[in-house]
Amino acid sequence: MGVALTRSAQWTAAGHGAKTLEVTPLNEAIVKEIMMFVESFIYKYPQEANYVFVEPLEWKTNLDPSAFGSGYAVSETTVKSEEVDKNGEPLLYLSVPQIKIRSFGQLSRMLYIAKSMKLKEAQACIEANRNPVAKILGLDYNIINGKNGNSFVSSVLDKMNKDDDPESEIKMKIALQLKQLDLHLLNHSLKHISLEIRLNSGTVKNDIELLKQFSGKGEQTVLESIEYTSDYEFSNGCRAPPWRQIQGEICYVLVKPHDAEILCVTCSKEGVFLNGGKTDDEGQINYERKGEIYKDLVTLLKEKSAIFSENMSKQEVKFSEQLQKDQPNKAPKEEVAVTHKTSITSRKSAQENRINLGRSQLTKRLEPSLNWRTSVSSKESRNTLRDTQVEKHGGKLEKSRSSLSSGRAQLIRKSVEKIEEIISDSSSESEEDEEQPDHRQEANADLPSEYWQIQKLVKYLKGGNQTATVIALCSMKDFNLAQETCQLAIRDVGGLEVLINLLETDEVKCKIGSLKILKEISHNPQIRRNIVDLGGLPVMVNILDSPHKSLKCLAAETIANVAKFKRARRVVRRHGGITKLVALLDCGKHSAEPAQSSLYETRDVEVARCGALALWSCSKSYANKESIRKAGGIPLLARLLKTSHEDMLIPVVGTLQECASEENYRAAIKAERIIENLVKNLNSENEQLQEHCAMAIYQCAEDEDTRDLVRLHGGLKPLASLLTNTDNKERLAAVTGAVWKCSISKENVTKFREYKAIETLVGLLTDQPEEVLVNVVGALGECCQEHENRIIIRKCGGIQPLVNLLVGINQALLVNVTKAVGACAVEPESMMIIDRLDGVRLLWSLLKNPHPDVKASAAWALCPCIQNAKDAGEMVRSFVGGLELVVNLLKSENKEVLASVCAVITNIAKDQENLAVITDHGVVPLLSKLANTNNDKLRRHLAETISRCCMWGRNRVAFGEHKAVAPLVRYLKSNDTNVHRATAQALYQLSEDADNCITMHENGAVKLLLDMVGSPDEELQEAAAGCISNIRRLALAIEKARYS
Amino acid sequence: MNRKKLQKLTDSLNKNCKHFSKFEVKCLINLFYNLVGEVMERQGVVIGLDRNAFRNILHMTFGMTDDMIMDRVFRGFDKDNDGCISVTEWVYGLSVFLRGTLEEKMKYCFEVFDLNGDSFISKEEMFHMLKNSLLKQPSEEDPDEGIKDLVEITLKKMDHDHDGKLSFADYEQAVREETLLLEAFGPCLPDPKSQKEFEAQVFKDPNEFSEV
Repeated sequence: MGVALTRSAQWTAAGHGAKTLEVTPLNEAIVKEIMMFVESFIYKYPQEANYVFVEPLEWKTNLDPSAFGSGYAVSETTVKSEEVDKNGEPLLYLSVPQIKIRSFGQLSRMLYIAKSMKLKEAQACIEANRNPVAKILGLDYNIINGKNGNSFVSSVLDKMNKDDDPESEIKMKIALQLKQLDLHLLNHSLKHISLEIRLNSGTVKNDIELLKQFSGKGEQTVLESIEYTSDYEFSNGCRAPPWRQIQGEICYVLVKPHDAEILCVTCSKEGVFLNGGKTDDEGQINYERKGEIYKDLVTLLKEKSAIFSENMSKQEVKFSEQLQKDQPNKAPKEEVAVTHKTSITSRKSAQENRINLGRSQLTKRLEPSLNWRTSVSSKESRNTLRDTQVEKHGGKLEKSRSSLSSGRAQLIRKSVEKIEEIISDSSSESEEDEEQPDHRQEANADLPSEYWQIQKLVKYLKGGNQTATVIALCSMKDFNLAQETCQLAIRDVGGLEVLINLLETDEVKCKIGSLKILKEISHNPQIRRNIVDLGGLPVMVNILDSPHKSLKCLAAETIANVAKFKRARRVVRRHGGITKLVALLDCGKHSAEPAQSSLYETRDVEVARCGALALWSCSKSYANKESIRKAGGIPLLARLLKTSHEDMLIPVVGTLQECASEENYRAAIKAERIIENLVKNLNSENEQLQEHCAMAIYQCAEDEDTRDLVRLHGGLKPLASLLTNTDNKERLAAVTGAVWKCSISKENVTKFREYKAIETLVGLLTDQPEEVLVNVVGALGECCQEHENRIIIRKCGGIQPLVNLLVGINQALLVNVTKAVGACAVEPESMMIIDRLDGVRLLWSLLKNPHPDVKASAAWALCPCIQNAKDAGEMVRSFVGGLELVVNLLKSENKEVLASVCAVITNIAKDQENLAVITDHGVVPLLSKLANTNNDKLRRHLAETISRCCMWGRNRVAFGEHKAVAPLVRYLKSNDTNVHRATAQALYQLSEDADNCITMHENGAVKLLLDMVGSPDEELQEAAAGCISNIRRLALAIEKARYS
Repeated sequence: MNRKKLQKLTDSLNKNCKHFSKFEVKCLINLFYNLVGEVMERQGVVIGLDRNAFRNILHMTFGMTDDMIMDRVFRGFDKDNDGCISVTEWVYGLSVFLRGTLEEKMKYCFEVFDLNGDSFISKEEMFHMLKNSLLKQPSEEDPDEGIKDLVEITLKKMDHDHDGKLSFADYEQAVREETLLLEAFGPCLPDPKSQKEFEAQVFKDPNEFSEV
């Protein structure tokens, strides 16, 4: 009880007279607990209840002597209990207004007598007896003033050993009871304390450090950046200048969320708020408060940035993991501090408790107090175990003090990013698809006032006629519905059900009001799911048929918000929503629009815009794309594309861009002459529109005709000029993507060269996000197919950054980089640079990459490298284990990898020494095994390799032995001349061996070869003829042998 | 009434009433005389729809139920306050009622809601109009508490000058911000469905209608 009273109870500031307890819920709770303890004492521990206190508890009472009944000797101003101690002194003595009580039994009885006044009495008693334990048990037991709190038990034990009379045993029992009560009270008060937290420099610093780890570029982070305004930190942990510290301000932070301007935030002891911002000239901060005070940084940011709160909820799990790791070290540390401290000022230590809890504020929903409870209850079991426990904590402390935990968190983040990347590469559907855990607000978390107001409004929604409903809806709309607290409040008080129910009524006004709210709150991912779960989508889809245009608009807009995840999109489709939405696009048919005769009318264009918005959301699912097409959406979209309103164009182009991932859409887009308008809108002022147009072109330009159309409509120039604007990374990614796909056509590359786009692209090779890099490198790879461009790239210094990118991990990027490097290597001068930069080794090591595309691409890139490198044979041999690695790749399953590796081997085998080595590695049987293939590309490269490999030792014979000859003959029946040429050359080489000649003859090679001799291809002619001559010579020799 | 007089009446009304075409005005006049019916026989008496007849029309045709609001709508139509609606008042009234611009409707609705005609909607008037709008919960101590609260909510939303009552300026500003508040204190305009039906019926074929 002592510790709890001194540390947790909130005393009024030290005055002259006696201190009194402040009137706070916490104090009230403590007093009540003590009261209950005393009241029940007499029943629970009847023996101990008779124990006589060392000193009486004495205080001023308000009790009237007349209240005392039997068992007491009552006079007008005094009351004496009949119960007396050994010396005949009464255990309760009241002489108005002073009361003295000397046993628990009497205390209990007194409280019983006091009835309704007992709370007051208990409080008065506690106030007057600041150290009740000492009075009850004597100073020896006064653990609070003892220098070492730890030694409590031992001191008690000592006592017991010294004099083991029965009284000390009772004392001991009481002491233990009081101890228990004390712990109970501490525990109890913690629950209260945890509800009201103030900030301090440590808390703030912690929050900021954590947020820093989770901020940066890219979509998965919670913030773009977070920075202190001042680097200087005072010894007390504050960064605010001293004259502001007086105001309780700790530091100032510049925060850049993804979706808002830079926020200048003041962190003070009272809480966190927006200040007037940094003035431009001198970097001074305008300290004035500009917004509400939030209890911590995270809460403030959640309000200010939607993306922050969205990503935060994703990160929260990770956050908690880290904090959980942090907690155990802090909690015990704090505990040690608490117990060892000699409690000079009780107030201070109480504050410290709060501080610790403040730290865990970041994860306020994630049971920060749990750790505390355990740490406190460990006190309960304080005994000999205690020392070991401290040791254990200490050990943990040291270990995790290191940056281990933060490093781990970063690691997790990285890997998550990687996974998400892969997902988003594969399909646009994954966006936001992962179902997030639904965290409801914890019941005991303090609820904002909005919660109660919203609850009241929902009550009126439920129980009101349409007039009251409309008023309640309009009032609800005035809340900040973009704020998560309000969104969740509406849900948690059952508002979503009512709002959705209203949509099913006939009251147009109620429907409009309800949709206006749903539209706003459905920006929250959790609310979206709840709406779908409550069956809101089918109702909204039905409203799309309404005769009232403004209703249609609102319904479509809400659907646009809700259909951001897969399940919702499926529901929309299943209920025929796509067809209805497509129908909304059909505006301008009734050209004579009536003037807005009714409140419920709006312009047709607006309806179409909302329809397009909803379709945009829906078009992220494959099946929906198909439905849109079947519903005849493409011509309508094409028509809307001719308008000039940006509001309209963005969703329209957005939808087209999503859909263009499908083959038949691209055909339709070409047919509807959409490209022309896309190109036109590239010149728009709106960055988002430009981005989506570029994205659509990127998707469509897979098709050759489309690439030509882009050029013919003059789209290449705006694309090239947009490349120079690198601030908006999303747009840059889209634009570079479009440039990449367009540059697949030679004519387009020529244009790009004219517009100096290649130089710009080289400039984009550094300091760009991966999405941009993939496209830039892809574009350069296409440009490199031409000699002139290769020179430009080399002259601009593009080779170095390209080679540097070979060490990346992004699969798409590696495929493109290897291709570009390979294309550059065609130029001997460039090859020298690549060689100097050790690019060949990097390429070679990519042959070990797990992705077959990367392997194949790297192998293709190696071919020109080996061709053009000086002293290539020596270079290849210098890669330890390199040749074995290449030969083993012939075991791959992937045809492209096989073809590319064959090509590499062909080049390696040009060097006799290397050929010998790969022969030793068993290249012949591996190649022979591949011979039975139908893939023309592989056939060609395989045949070339075989003809190369025949140059060594008895490889010719070996190929025959491994039955490679007969399949090769069949290659001659292929339709590809390249295959014919390579095969004829291989057969020519093989025919140097007599057995092979027989096999060829048996498989009918002669007739096929005779046809080849007539080919216009000279090399083929020669090889075929050579082969025939070898076969013929063998036949002649046999004949000769037979007759001689 | 003879043809010539009717023609003249139609012309004069049509001139002053831009929301209806000449044909529509004619239909409405016809409808009016059909509704008045027998009263037409007597000469020299002001003919028109009295309060009950008009309320009947509001109830049957436009589905209004609130007695007080219907009373106020009658007053809104009855410009000269003589207790009955003349043919002119009928056509003018319907012009706002059915086809009014937002401005006209706001003016009309404000007049309907301003029960005592002092150009302000006071708290008491609001309370009066809203008193039946909430489901009475027997558990509550004060059954009117919800209504009072609703009045406060409305004031907070609409009373921009914070004088505890709604002036027309307050009302107008609130409605311009949120059109749903036009009929904030009760439906006093036809709902779109019954309006459509009414117009379809009245403006379809005047001959057919007169035979009814």
